[in-house]
Amino acid sequence: MSNAPLTTLTSRTVVLPAENIDTDQIIPARFLSVTSRDGLGPHAFNDWRWNEDGSPTDHLLNTPEAQASKILVGGHNFGCGSSREHAPWALTDYGFRVVISSEIADIFRSNAVKNGLLPIVIDKGAHRWLLDHPGADVTVDLKNREVRLPGNGGTYTFDVDDFSRHCLIEGVDELGYLDGQAGAIAAYEEARTK
Amino acid sequence: MKTLFDKIWDSHVVTAERAANPATLYIDLHLIHEVTSPQAFTVLRERELKVRRPDRTLATIDHSTPTLKDPDGEPLYVNEQARTQVATLLSNAAEHGIETHGWDSAHRGVVHVMGPELGAVQPGMTIVCGDSHTSTHGAFGAIAFGIGTTQVGHVLATQCLLMRKPKTMAIELSGELAEGVTPKDVILAIIAEIGIGGGTGYALEYRGDVFTQMGMSGRMTVCNMSIEAGARCGLIAPDDTTFEYLRGRPHAPSDDNGDFDAVVEGWRELRTDDGATFDKVVRMDASKIRPMATYGTHPGMAAPIDAIIPTSTNDADAKALDYMQVKAGQTMANQTVNRVFVGSCTNGRLEDMRAAANVLSGRQVAKGVRMIVVPGSEMVKAEAEAEGLDAIIIAAGAEWREPGCSMCIAMNGDKAAPGELVVSTSNRNFAGRQGPGARTVLASPETAAASAVAGVVTSVAGLGS
Ligand code: SF4
Repeated sequence: MSNAPLTTLTSRTVVLPAENIDTDQIIPARFLSVTSRDGLGPHAFNDWRWNEDGSPTDHLLNTPEAQASKILVGGHNFGCGSSREHAPWALTDYGFRVVISSEIADIFRSNAVKNGLLPIVIDKGAHRWLLDHPGADVTVDLKNREVRLPGNGGTYTFDVDDFSRHCLIEGVDELGYLDGQAGAIAAYEEARTK
Repeated sequence: MKTLFDKIWDSHVVTAERAANPATLYIDLHLIHEVTSPQAFTVLRERELKVRRPDRTLATIDHSTPTLKDPDGEPLYVNEQARTQVATLLSNAAEHGIETHGWDSAHRGVVHVMGPELGAVQPGMTIVCGDSHTSTHGAFGAIAFGIGTTQVGHVLATQCLLMRKPKTMAIELSGELAEGVTPKDVILAIIAEIGIGGGTGYALEYRGDVFTQMGMSGRMTVCNMSIEAGARCGLIAPDDTTFEYLRGRPHAPSDDNGDFDAVVEGWRELRTDDGATFDKVVRMDASKIRPMATYGTHPGMAAPIDAIIPTSTNDADAKALDYMQVKAGQTMANQTVNRVFVGSCTNGRLEDMRAAANVLSGRQVAKGVRMIVVPGSEMVKAEAEAEGLDAIIIAAGAEWREPGCSMCIAMNGDKAAPGELVVSTSNRNFAGRQGPGARTVLASPETAAASAVAGVVTSVAGLGS
């Protein structure tokens, strides 16, 4: 599978300010018994969005504005907890391409990149600004590693390693890259059995 | 001079890390289960790739498996999706020639319980599984960490992973543990100390007499929860306790040809050199640790059972206390308990079953409390039953179930009702983890059993004699 290339995008944000949003909130465990990657979007943040009888709550994520958004801004330490890749699958299926927070959990970050979702850890001040301006039109420029906030919000750079950036911009995936190292892998195995 | 982590990492690098690319790391053992593998096999099929090393792959079923069977011995699946997921794992594994421990295997169980039992997990290895609690296997002096499903596909196809090397952190405990303090209390105290993000970006090495004196079961409990401090992995240097645990196990180097002792000599090199430096060192006094319980909705919100719940300093913590229906200034001691769960990859081993049975022996689960005990594997179940632990547990009024993840993740139908308070020996107390609205209190098997008897949260000491 390869992902749609991601270079620059501008979108209004969806802001979920709670700290420590864990992957159990993003996609509750009872939805993990699927055997496919698609179709998890309706269950993204399921328990925030749906009542027990299946009717929608008035949560922000059920609004058309949110559903048209590409950028999710989460509170500090976003994506902690379980390593389930269903979390980025649910978020991308919902429509997000970028997640921004002041801290993003390790495994979630690495899972996100592999699925065409760009995780951005941003300066605390810029994060504060984003939390305070829900729905702002924000530009993410992956080529220049920049987040541009509207008005006098300013421009902030972010770190993304060259390899992830390359994969996201080109929309290629890591399996192709690894498969290309079959020779080195065989040589390693050979050397170890001696 | 190198740390243990560096030694193992360096010997598994196929292609070195540079600014432009992560390291290609060779993986010695890949554990798979039904939840995080189906989509990976789909990718293999789409790309017409094969499993590169079925001999380095081991499969089991645990997450979606029911812990109850019908009178004919047929598993009672919560729904068709769960049944399909299990069937998909079994057929994928069979198609690719992977050793699989399904319903008919005496070694089936929670992946992090059965892997060590088979002796498949060995010092110096790199081990991965599509499950964050893979850190458990660091107890054997291995680099073991959880991966996502895309990476499961990478390892199936290439036996390698792309990864940047984490930094190293030593967790050094000095002093002796007080009476009644268990490995679970130790790791909860460590997480409370460094915080749930404290280990992010680091590989932890647990050091000090407290850990060398622990059996393998306790070491696994500690390493299991490294991820709850944000660390991808945590490890403990292997020693005679490790080697004796492995001797004679089905996948361990065989003793018949005198091999085992020769291999052990090599394993003895697997320790942090004197004078090697860690990127960070955290020192704690073990003698100060008390039996612990969590009071909030992440594992870092943990404190001694009778300690005052601190006033929240932020909205997230305040919300957590609301969810848990507790208040700052109270203690967890004496909170009314509805359910008790003993099991999971954190505390589902034979030693944990013994600990719970020991407390329950001659006592009764309090009225209004429902307690289930779920062995971590078929082996644990069989051994516990051979010792008569099941009889003690059942006589006390608790349920003795079939092995699996069960209420740790509540995806097989075993769950608590909204608002119920569960004292659980598992590893995560996130909101809704044990069922929507369920309130989870993490604790040791001893504390869980004592709380079942008392009907309120309490340590064993609180039971009196
Ligand atoms: S017991 Fe819990 S933590 Fe362990 S593997 Fe199963 S679901 Fe994951």
